[in-house]
Amino acid sequence: MGVEMLNSVELETLGLQAYFGQVRALHGVSLQVPRHELTALIGPSGCGKSTFIRCLNRLHEESPGARAEGKVLLEGRDIYAPTVDPVLIRRRIGMVFQRPNPFPAMTIYENVASGLILAGVRDRRVLDPVVERSLKQAALWDEVKDQLKKPGTRLSGGQQQRLCIARALAVDPPVLLMDEPTSALDPISTARIEELLVDLKKAVTVVMVTHNMQQAARVSDRTAFFLLGEMVESGRTDAIFTNPADSRTEQYITGRFG
Amino acid sequence: MSDSHFFDSWRKFKSRIAMVALFLGCIFAVIPLFAILLHLIRQGATAIDWNFFTQVQKPVGEVGGGMAHAIVGTLSQVGIASLFGIPLGLACGVYLSEYGKRERLAGFVRFALELLASTPSILVGVFVYGILVVPMKKFSLFSGAMALMLILLPLVARTSEELLKLIPQHLREAGLALGIPRWRVILSVVLRSAWPGVLAAILLGVARIAGETAPLVLTSFGNPNFPQGITQPSASLPLQIYTYAISPFEEWHRMAWAGALLLVLSVLALNAITRLSGGSHGRRNVE
Ligand SMILES: Nc1ncnc2c1ncn2[C@@H]1O[C@H](COP(=O)(O)OP(=O)(O)O)[C@@H](O)[C@H]1O
Ligand SMILES: [Mg+2]
Repeated sequence: MGVEMLNSVELETLGLQAYFGQVRALHGVSLQVPRHELTALIGPSGCGKSTFIRCLNRLHEESPGARAEGKVLLEGRDIYAPTVDPVLIRRRIGMVFQRPNPFPAMTIYENVASGLILAGVRDRRVLDPVVERSLKQAALWDEVKDQLKKPGTRLSGGQQQRLCIARALAVDPPVLLMDEPTSALDPISTARIEELLVDLKKAVTVVMVTHNMQQAARVSDRTAFFLLGEMVESGRTDAIFTNPADSRTEQYITGRFG
Repeated sequence: MSDSHFFDSWRKFKSRIAMVALFLGCIFAVIPLFAILLHLIRQGATAIDWNFFTQVQKPVGEVGGGMAHAIVGTLSQVGIASLFGIPLGLACGVYLSEYGKRERLAGFVRFALELLASTPSILVGVFVYGILVVPMKKFSLFSGAMALMLILLPLVARTSEELLKLIPQHLREAGLALGIPRWRVILSVVLRSAWPGVLAAILLGVARIAGETAPLVLTSFGNPNFPQGITQPSASLPLQIYTYAISPFEEWHRMAWAGALLLVLSVLALNAITRLSGGSHGRRNVE
């Protein structure tokens, strides 16, 4: 991969292994994620991209029988150290899922503010500006500013996904994880989210799973290629797409398997 | 051409027949309800007057008398039963759905609730008689309430477990991923999303125990007067209906009809409230 200049590393995994019961889904993945860049994870389905990204905010361990080994360093500190509370980690590492999942019993406003409200913040003078700021970051403000009291589930799929992005951003996480955030959306909604990502990564470090290689090429700074629970290679996106070091990467991006 | 025409109309004819049969089936199912209601209104409506709501049972031979003591007795027994039964039932339901996936204790709790739910209600009365009435050496409103509680508890627990399990896993994960503690996710995301259904189940359970008779015979026993406290015997609507109904007096019979009418209308009202509140905004929540 040669010598590269990295922005300072925000998130780093060292020999990360993930298990479902006895089955090992990740076989020791080491990856560095530079600050304020967008890192795309690509690879055929079932190769462990979701598992990997769910290890980064300790959500993996919520699946029955699941556990992880190895290290995940957030700003140099291991989030798997025994004294670390996963709840606090998840406040600093937000997540957006494949399917939009706004809370059904909550309004648009409550959805965006839920991370704060459910942590005990009730003061509208605190919440109002956070809701506005987050919805603007998620490029949704103009569409919903007059209907903040409507249920979040009334929005279209693409709007719901941007609502979920706003919800994740409201607690001001330095890192945002996205697991195929546009794969359930139409092309126009997808384009809107890709646009907002460009602005977003100026403020937030983003790790995004995608199985759409054009999307990875369009929006990411760096790309990591996964195969069968291993990370085959990672590097600057243009380098990975034009001159991959590993023949399996080349085969995948030229569409020969996956 | 005429052949296919024939088969076509034959098919339509069969479909007609089926429709009519289904319609008649529905009518047959609904008739008893309306027949009961109509009969109750005819027999009991005239006895529902001011006295009915304000007076207690009069000694035989005296005119007047009412159901006030039974109404108070049922309200307080159902109230106390709900006070304990709803939170306990919800706690069991939440535990079974959210924590009890793999634990052996959960299997045991589920089994115990199953047994409790299928126990004939007279046996619940016998059980409470054994553990409360005998040690207290007295029938009491409290024992009656506890018997009703034991019937309400498994109803609330089982239905809330089922309804909470219907909330998709990805909503729990969405909450956890926001850095919200698990207990808070369960209360404010899972339970809140399932709430319209859970509330409906609770109301149906309360309506059900309001009409229970058998478990009260051996616990709160009945009382011709207002209950003098929760450690004293108490009347209840269903028991008082029975008392009035088996008496030989015309006057009391009408009171029994009126009591039955009140009970049926209350239960119907609870059911209607449940339907209306659940129907308008409960459905869309669960995908
Ligand atoms: N809850 C689970 N239980 C058991 N095995 C799982 C579970 N989730 C995923 N796996 C397995 O782990 C591997 C990686 O899956 P995943 O991370 O979802 O892949 P990707 O997101 O790249 O499609 C697959 O072989 C999958 O079958
Ligand atoms: Mg996946």
